[in-house]
Amino acid sequence: MLAFILRRLLQSIAVLLTVGLVAFSLFRYVGDPINSMVGQDTPASEREALRERLGLNDSPPIQFLRFIGNAAQGKFGLSYRTSEPVGRMIVERMPATLELSFCAAVFALFVGVPMGVYTGLYPKHWSSRLMQAVSLIGISLPTFVIGILLILVFAVWLHWLPSFGRGETVMLFGWWPTNFLTVKGLQALILPSITLGLFQLTLLMRLVRSEMLEVMRTDYIKFARARGLTNRAVNFGHALKNTLVPVITVTGLQLGALIAFAIVTETVFAWPGVGQLFIQSVQFSDIPVMAAYLMLIGLLFVLINLTVDLLYFVVDPRLRSQGGAARVAGH
Amino acid sequence: MAAQTNTPPLLEVRNLRVEFPTRRGTLLAVDDVSFEIAPGEVLGVVGESGAGKSLTGNAIIGLLEPPGRIAGGEIRLEGRRIDNLPYEEMRKIRGARIGAIFQDPLTSLNPLYSVGRQLVETIQTHMPLSAGKARDRAIDLLKEVGIPGAEMRIDHYPHQFSGGMRQRVVIALALCAGPRLIVADEPTTALDVSIQAQIIALLKRLCREHGTAVMLVTHDMGVIAETADRVAVMYAGRVAEIGPVREVVKHAKHPYTKGLMGSIPSLGVRSEKLTQIDGAMPRLTEIPTGCAFNPRCTFKGQRCLVERPNLMPAGATQAACWLHDAGGVGAPLPKEAVHA
Amino acid sequence: MTDRPATSPGWLHRITDSDIWWSFKSSSLTVVAAVGTLLIVVIAFLSPVLAPHTPFDPATLSLSDGLKPPVLLSPDGDWAFPLGTDDQGRDILSSIMYGTRLSLVVGFASVVVAMTIGIALGLISGYFGGAIDALIMRIADVQLTFPAILVALLIDGIVRSVISVQRHDEIAVFVIVGAIGLSFWVQYARTVRGSVMVEKNKEYVQAARVIGLSPLLIMVRHVLPNVTGPVLVIATINLGLAIITEATLSFLGVGLPSTEPSLGTLIRLGNDVLQSGDWWITVFPGITLAALVLAVNLLGDWLRDALNPKLR
Repeated sequence: MLAFILRRLLQSIAVLLTVGLVAFSLFRYVGDPINSMVGQDTPASEREALRERLGLNDSPPIQFLRFIGNAAQGKFGLSYRTSEPVGRMIVERMPATLELSFCAAVFALFVGVPMGVYTGLYPKHWSSRLMQAVSLIGISLPTFVIGILLILVFAVWLHWLPSFGRGETVMLFGWWPTNFLTVKGLQALILPSITLGLFQLTLLMRLVRSEMLEVMRTDYIKFARARGLTNRAVNFGHALKNTLVPVITVTGLQLGALIAFAIVTETVFAWPGVGQLFIQSVQFSDIPVMAAYLMLIGLLFVLINLTVDLLYFVVDPRLRSQGGAARVAGH
Repeated sequence: MAAQTNTPPLLEVRNLRVEFPTRRGTLLAVDDVSFEIAPGEVLGVVGESGAGKSLTGNAIIGLLEPPGRIAGGEIRLEGRRIDNLPYEEMRKIRGARIGAIFQDPLTSLNPLYSVGRQLVETIQTHMPLSAGKARDRAIDLLKEVGIPGAEMRIDHYPHQFSGGMRQRVVIALALCAGPRLIVADEPTTALDVSIQAQIIALLKRLCREHGTAVMLVTHDMGVIAETADRVAVMYAGRVAEIGPVREVVKHAKHPYTKGLMGSIPSLGVRSEKLTQIDGAMPRLTEIPTGCAFNPRCTFKGQRCLVERPNLMPAGATQAACWLHDAGGVGAPLPKEAVHA
Repeated sequence: MTDRPATSPGWLHRITDSDIWWSFKSSSLTVVAAVGTLLIVVIAFLSPVLAPHTPFDPATLSLSDGLKPPVLLSPDGDWAFPLGTDDQGRDILSSIMYGTRLSLVVGFASVVVAMTIGIALGLISGYFGGAIDALIMRIADVQLTFPAILVALLIDGIVRSVISVQRHDEIAVFVIVGAIGLSFWVQYARTVRGSVMVEKNKEYVQAARVIGLSPLLIMVRHVLPNVTGPVLVIATINLGLAIITEATLSFLGVGLPSTEPSLGTLIRLGNDVLQSGDWWITVFPGITLAALVLAVNLLGDWLRDALNPKLR
C-alpha cells in the first residue's frame, strides 16, 4: 500500500514537472519577457543588461529549475496587462472560484447521486425515463446557455436573484472574502452554482445509473436477494457501495473540471474568480498569468487524484491487502 | 420411492411454464414441468445448458430475471403456494425456508464486505438475534462448513479465501437461517476437479444432518449419481425422465437419458464404448413438432414427429417417450429420414 | 462490373437486415434525432438560398429595423423578420442559419483533425512501442488531466501572442479548428493503439513480414476496419462536444470574430443586451445550438449502445 502511494506520488510529481515545462516554455519562448517589462525605446544594451540580470541568458535547464523554484514559492512574475505580481492576483481571486466550485460540487453530488440511484433501481419507471431524457438535455446544453437562460428568467424577468458579481462578501481571517456569511452573498451564489454544477450533475447521475444497472446484474446481488435480504439492504448496502469506486473517480476528475469550467460560468456571471482572470489573460496574451493558471490547475488536479487514490483504499478491501491498484476495476 | 409414498411433499411443482418475450416472439423456456421433492430428499436435475433446469430453480426461489416470467402452473412449498406471492412475502421465504447456492463462488460474495458481515446480516434478517449472538452463530456455521480458524477468518474478505473455501462460505450463507430446501445451481462447476468432490460431500453431509432437502441442478451426471436420491432429466424445457437415481442410471428408459448415461466417464467400470448422442439440443426457437428429441433419436417413428409424449410410467421410472406407451412410436420412418 | 446489379441490392438488404438497423428503427427517439440532425444540416448548408436576408452584408442592413421582437409574440413584429432583429437590424433567423452552418463546419473539421491526429498517433504508438509509445501516451495522460476547453483556450492564447490581432481574425477559423482538434485526439489514439497492440502479434502480421509486405501497411488495412465502430462512436460523441467547445470559445470572445458569427458568437452578442430584456437575440441561437447538440448526442448515444450492447 505504501509502495503504491509512493508510486502515485512520484507519478504526480512527474505530471507536475511536465505541466511546469509547458508553462515554462510558454513563459520563456512565447513572447519575449523583456519586451513586456521595458518600453519600446529602451536601448539594446539596457535590454541585454536586464536579460543578464534576470538570468535569461543562462542555459534552459537552469532557467527551468529557477522557474520551478519560483513557482513553488508562488512567484510567477508580473502580469503583462496590469504589471501586478501574478501570484498575488491569483491569490486574491482564488476564494471566489473555490467557493463557487464547492457549491456547484455539493449541488451536483447531492442531487445527481440520488437521481442516479433511483433511475438505476427503477430503469423502466416513467419518472426514470423522464430524468434520463432531461439529463440528456442537460448534457447537450452548453454551460453558458444554461447561465444565460437562468439570468433571463430569474434576474431579468422575475428579479429574484442577482445576475452578476458576488454580491456582498465578508472577510474571513482578514484575507478570504466569503459569500457564505451574508444573505446577498448566498443569493449571488445560487445561479452560478446551478449553472456550473448542472453538467456535472447530469454526468454523475448517468454514471451512477449505469453503474447501478451493471452491479444489479452481478451474481452477488442475485445471491444477496436469494439470501432474503431486504430491498433496502440489497440496494443501498450492497449495490450502492459497489458503485462507489467509479463514482469517486469521476467525482474527483469532475471536481478539477469544475474549477476549469468555472472559466465559462465566471464570464457569464461576471464572477471575479481566477477563471475570469484567465480568460482576460488569453484575450490579452498575458503569458505569465496563463502560465501560472496552468500550473495552478495542474497542482489542483494532482492533489485531487491523490485524494481519490487514497479513498480507494478506504472503500475497497482488495486494495488494502494487495497493496496495488492492479484490480481497482476488477470484480 | 419410499420418501414419496408416506410423507407429504416439501416442494411441489405442477405444470410450470416459464416464458421469455423476445424480439422474435415469446420463447417457452420451461414447458409443463412437474415434480416433487420430499423432506430431506436430494433431487438431481440434469440436462444440457439451455434445457431449462436453472430457470426452474430460479422460478422456485422467485428470482427469474426479467423479462422471464412464470406463465403457468404452480409451485407449492409445504403445501403453501409460493409462485404468486408478493415480492416482500417471497423475500421472507428466501433464505429462511429456501436457501440458494449459485454456480460461481468467486462472484457470489460481495467483495467489499467481510464474510462475517454477510453472514450476520443474513442471520439477523431472518432470526431475532442480537449482533453478538448472530456472530457466534456465524462462527459456528463457518466451523460446520469446515473453515479452519473460523474465529479469525470471519473478519476476512472474500478475496482472501480460495475458490473452494468461498463455496464453503456460500454454503454457510445458504444454511444460516435453517432452510427446509436448498436450490443448488451447478454448485461445483466453477471449482477445481479436486475440490468438487469435497464440496459435494460437504453439502450432502450437512443436508442429511439438518434434514434439508436439496434440488441439485447440474449437467454433471457423475455428481448426480453419487449424491441424488432421485433424478429428473430435462431436455428442451421439458422433463424427459424422472425416477430413483439407481434406476435412471442403470436402466434408463428414455433414449436421451440412455445417451446421457453413456457419456458418463465412470472411473471404476470400463464400459464397452462411450456412447455419444449425435446432434445438439434444438434452440428454443426451433423446437420440432412432436417429441423435441426426435431429430436425434434412433428409435423414432411416425408418431414421434407429430404427437408430443408426456411422462408415462416406464418400469421403475417415468419417461416422456412413446416407446413406453401401448401405442408405440407408430409406423417406422423411411431409412434416409433417420439420418437426415 | 457484371455483378454490380446483384451486389447492390444485397448490400442494401444487408443493412436493412442488420441488428443495427433494427435497433435504429425500434428507437423512435433516434429516428427523430437523425431526422432532426439531417434537417438542421440541410437548412444550414442551404442558407445562402433559404435565408430571407444576408445578415452580415452591411449594405442590406437598416438601423430602423433594429430590435424588432419575434413576430408571433408581439404586435410590434414584422413578418420580414420572423424571429426578430438585433440592435443592428440584422434578421435573427438568417443569422442563425448562417451561424449554424459555420458551427457545423468548424465542428466537423475539428473532429476530422482530431481523428486524423489520434489515429496516426495511435498507429505509431501501438506499432513502434517502446520510447515513442511511452512518450505519446504520457503526453496523452497529461493532456487528459486538463479539460478539452482549457487546452483549446491555451492553444488559442498562444497563437494570439504569436500573431497580430488582425491576422488572427483572418485565420480565426483555422486556429479554432486546430485548437479543438488538438484537444480531442487522445481518445482516438488510445482506442487505435489498443487495437494495434492486439493485432500486432497475430500470425497474419508475422506472415506478411515473412513474404516481404510492409507489416505497417497490413496493420493499417486490418486494424482500421476493426476500430471503425469505436472510432465512429467517439467521433459522433465528439462532434457534439466540438460544437459546444467552438460555441463556448466564441462566447468567451476568443473564438470566431463577430464579422463572421457562429452560434456562439451570436449568443455572446445577444447576451450583451440581455439586461434590457431583448431576449430573442440570444435565446433563439441558444435553442438552436442546444437542439443541434442534443440531436447529435442522441445519435451518438444510440450508436454506442447499438455497437456495444454491453455498455447499455
